[in-house]
Amino acid sequence: MVDTGACYESKRIRVTVNGVTYERDVDVRLLLSDFIRQELGLTGTHVGCEEGVCGACSVILDGKLVRSCLMFAVQADGCQITTVEGIAQGPDNLHPIQEALIENHGVQCGFCTPGVVVSMYSFLKENPEPSEEEIREALAGNICRCTGYAGIVRAVKSASRKAR
Amino acid sequence: MKPSKFRYTAPSMVAEALDFLNEYGSDAKILAGGQSLVPMLNLRLARPKILVDINRVEELSFIRVEGDTLVIGALTRHAELEKSEIVKQNCPLLSEAAALIGSRAVRTRGTIGGSLAHCDPAAELPCVLHALGAEALVVSKQGERTISMDEFFITYFTTALRPDELIREIRVPVFTKRMGHAITEVWRRYGDFALVNVAAWIKTDSDEKVVGAGIALGGVGGSPHKAKAADLLVGKRPDEKAIKETAEAVADEISPESDNIASSDYRRHLAKVLTRRALTLAAARIRG
Ligand SMILES: Cc1cc2nc3c(=O)[nH]c(=O)nc-3n(C[C@H](O)[C@H](O)[C@H](O)COP(=O)(O)OP(=O)(O)OC[C@H]3O[C@@H](n4cnc5c(N)ncnc54)[C@H](O)[C@@H]3O)c2cc1C
Ligand code: FES
Ligand code: FES
Repeated sequence: MVDTGACYESKRIRVTVNGVTYERDVDVRLLLSDFIRQELGLTGTHVGCEEGVCGACSVILDGKLVRSCLMFAVQADGCQITTVEGIAQGPDNLHPIQEALIENHGVQCGFCTPGVVVSMYSFLKENPEPSEEEIREALAGNICRCTGYAGIVRAVKSASRKAR
Repeated sequence: MKPSKFRYTAPSMVAEALDFLNEYGSDAKILAGGQSLVPMLNLRLARPKILVDINRVEELSFIRVEGDTLVIGALTRHAELEKSEIVKQNCPLLSEAAALIGSRAVRTRGTIGGSLAHCDPAAELPCVLHALGAEALVVSKQGERTISMDEFFITYFTTALRPDELIREIRVPVFTKRMGHAITEVWRRYGDFALVNVAAWIKTDSDEKVVGAGIALGGVGGSPHKAKAADLLVGKRPDEKAIKETAEAVADEISPESDNIASSDYRRHLAKVLTRRALTLAAARIRG
């Protein structure tokens, strides 16, 4: 719990990321995205625009998809976070969305990929049998400069079938 | 570290937040969903000395009906407005508008109070709330006051709120029988802010004549524009001719500015077309 009434420049926080609990002192200005990358060394969460547009920094916070560049680490005190590292069971046991991205050529440079994986993982949980239009709408929050999206849309479609 | 230096506080009650706002005035800034403020902090376009994070103030997060008013706590997220059955039943225009904001992740965090206070000229919720004649209940250490949408919006990113004031709730008249509604917009890419958006509602009597109508437009000036031409529909049937005349009169009322995305003429053209489409859909949706 945050002690109210107080006003601070740094604070000790406790967060659980991919099932592991961390305690750290953070400057209140530290973005959640920078905390995940620099303090925890989980560099799968990418940082593109830092203004909420590109989706590369997407993570799941207490079950909901958020932009980690638009939150401060201190705001995640007491929360559960899933990053892209927490989605596959292991390097040889990828999640169906990841398998489908490989099979359908949904990855080129890979910069957007972690954000796409996390966003689509969260989206398919909410909507396990989406139409192509719904997939495209959901993907609008993730900018990819390489693939032209066709492969990603195909991948999400096939992963949704697999997930069933 | 991207933002410039600030101190942070996360009160759990409105009264505590007001203490900070009272003490620090314009040096303090409320942090709600952060979907507009944090980009500005990251770019150092905003440099508050104190950030008052209201995300833990539970009393600001609710949706309820009081008589013929839908009352929405300022911290209600766009995703909650989009999915709430109470909102769908009592003010479907608001849930449809919420679904058009940004992308899923933006809707997870963004709040109705933040959207109003930020006052982006093309934002959906300010436009819809203006069309519906909503009110904001704002509080400060000095007390509370109610601000109608006619007085609330001043110009680009500027509202009637004082630095020590916090929006507590938004009050919207509930939909009644024989009302139809629509929101229409044009954007360059799904999830972007619209170039122009139009929110409209029509209410008819048992003869299918219009007894009330509201039209507001976003993206055509510094803040949402409430169209006087909506009154032209009153007393008429909302048929093709009446709608066309109204849409033309709406376009004559506005003088949008040109920018790097769209010219003034193009925005006026969109205003006309989108008003016609919104009124046509609203009329088609009127039910007894
Ligand atoms: C990529 C992206 C796309 C977007 N697209 C759209 C779009 O298409 N349409 C749209 O409408 N919006 C869009 N937005 C903005 C989004 O709707 C924001 O959520 C909203 O503008 C601000 O709400 P917030 O809760 O995030 O407020 P914050 O960012 O936390 O705050 C915004 C301002 O409001 C003040 N404030 C917040 N709450 C209160 C309160 N209760 N009382 C007084 N002042 C308060 C803050 O001090 C600050 O000045 C987009 C944002 C992003 C990042
Ligand atoms: S880095 Fe967060 S959305 Fe682009
Ligand atoms: S694969 Fe390069 S940005 Fe998407």
